[in-house]
Amino acid sequence: MRVNFTVNGRPQEADDVWEGESLLYVLRERLGLPGSKNACEQGECGSCTVRLDGVPVCSCLVAAGQVQGREVVTVEGLADYAKQRAEGGCATGACGSAGTSLDEAKGWQAKGDSQTGEGGELSPIQQAFMDAGAVQCGFCTPGLLVAADEMLERNPNPTDADIREALSGNLCRCTGYEKIMDAVRLAAARQSEGV
Amino acid sequence: MDFLRPASWEEALAAKAEHPTAVPIAGGTDVMVEINFDHRRPEYLLDLNRIGDLYEWEVGEESVRLGASVPYTRIMENLRAELPGLALASHTVASPQIRNRGGVGGNLGTASPAGDAHPALLAAGAEVEVESVRGSRRIPIDEFYTGVKRNALAADELIRAVHVKKADGPQQFSKVGTRNAMVIAVCAFGIALHPETRTVRTGIGSAAPTPVRARAAEEFLDAALEEGGFWDNGKIITPSVAKQFAELCSAACNPIDDVRGTASYRRHAVGVMARRTLTWTWESYRGTRRTSEGAA
Ligand SMILES: Cc1cc2nc3c(=O)[nH]c(=O)nc-3n(C[C@H](O)[C@H](O)[C@H](O)COP(=O)(O)OP(=O)(O)OC[C@H]3O[C@@H](n4cnc5c(N)ncnc54)[C@H](O)[C@@H]3O)c2cc1C
Ligand code: FES
Ligand code: FES
Repeated sequence: MRVNFTVNGRPQEADDVWEGESLLYVLRERLGLPGSKNACEQGECGSCTVRLDGVPVCSCLVAAGQVQGREVVTVEGLADYAKQRAEGGCATGACGSAGTSLDEAKGWQAKGDSQTGEGGELSPIQQAFMDAGAVQCGFCTPGLLVAADEMLERNPNPTDADIREALSGNLCRCTGYEKIMDAVRLAAARQSEGV
Repeated sequence: MDFLRPASWEEALAAKAEHPTAVPIAGGTDVMVEINFDHRRPEYLLDLNRIGDLYEWEVGEESVRLGASVPYTRIMENLRAELPGLALASHTVASPQIRNRGGVGGNLGTASPAGDAHPALLAAGAEVEVESVRGSRRIPIDEFYTGVKRNALAADELIRAVHVKKADGPQQFSKVGTRNAMVIAVCAFGIALHPETRTVRTGIGSAAPTPVRARAAEEFLDAALEEGGFWDNGKIITPSVAKQFAELCSAACNPIDDVRGTASYRRHAVGVMARRTLTWTWESYRGTRRTSEGAA
């Protein structure tokens, strides 16, 4: 079957989709966006987290056919999404030209000086993860970024308990979570200082 | 495999009548796991995401009509006052991502003895509104669970909503697991005090082939509270009464040994949860009595 939906603000079409296929599979294998990771395919690890009509979900548990006509934001579109949000614009693509094209998304990489963040093109949460050293193997990172970014959108001044709860569906086997906590606190602090 | 995408409830019922083997998919948090792991290859998937009605709830005089697909997140955010037991139970389900998709309709569809909504629904009192092209009926929650992962739905029926009695007193939900998130219950316990009818109802999860009420425990407690005039005098529950209630709750279990826990552990833990949640809810009842007396 064919599925038409919006990914990172741009309309996309996936063809020859098997009816039992997950959104995660469509993103990675049909659209060539491997940012969302596949670690468990059973909703346990959160590494496949994307936003579906704004809501964080495990893309491995959404049937491809269920996203017909809906809007998905993946980690590849996060920088643009955060930028649009900061500018008070519309990041989902519902209102026109914004968004990240498939080619841009496929070629997405952290640009600029990774130490200073100069050159931009990172969302504040991505920059904070780098600054706080919250990334080791990186497999859990995309899902954590999407989940953490959504929490900060909803709750700009989270307590530690709020952060732990919001990230309770994302497993990390490397960091022990403390640096991830640091990163989210850092992003929240920078957000409230407006930097 | 075919993917059926009805745009309305009527279309969904027609599709289910035409293809009784079609597997409905709502949040997909049970269905997709089975498909991803090749445990299930349904001929038809029947997507319910387009049916807006299933995502709505209405707070009535006596009960809340909760659309089958209302995600747990919405229940936690919006129905804490009306359905405190179910809101607490919802909060213990999996993770934010899963709670954003999964809901009570899917929990009832799967009818796992470990489903967290069940003890809360049993304790509050609920009816499941199901429908097919043949008509609509309401199944009392006590008659809904018919076996391990089996329910009272006919092949052509879909769950439309759950009618849950609004709380008329304190409710609690307690769950044993190895972590505070992403945990399938080793066992779980729900309790609801119903001061209006002077009754107490319970629900036990993951400690019998189906979710069950501890009926003998409820009857014992109702009688003991009545006899001691507890509803009126608001005294502390006698420890011996709480102890016997807990023992009768343990006795209502019919658990198995599995990877999550042994049968005897489950029986023991249900007793502990029963005693604790009775104490919590009763203390809360006494508290509200005192405030309302103070105000009078
Ligand atoms: C990682 C993970 C953790 C989990 N943890 C918990 C937990 O802690 N507690 C818990 O209780 N559950 C847990 N679950 C199970 C699951 O999330 C719940 O059972 C949830 O309520 C299912 O809802 P859903 O909408 O996603 O159902 P779906 O997967 O869409 O459907 C589940 C079943 O119900 C049927 N169905 C759905 N809607 C209807 C309808 N309207 N009419 C008739 N049949 C219908 C489907 O055909 C299917 O058989 C977990 C799942 C995962 C993946
Ligand atoms: S891959 Fe989806 S939650 Fe693990
Ligand atoms: S950094 Fe390796 S899993 Fe989190």
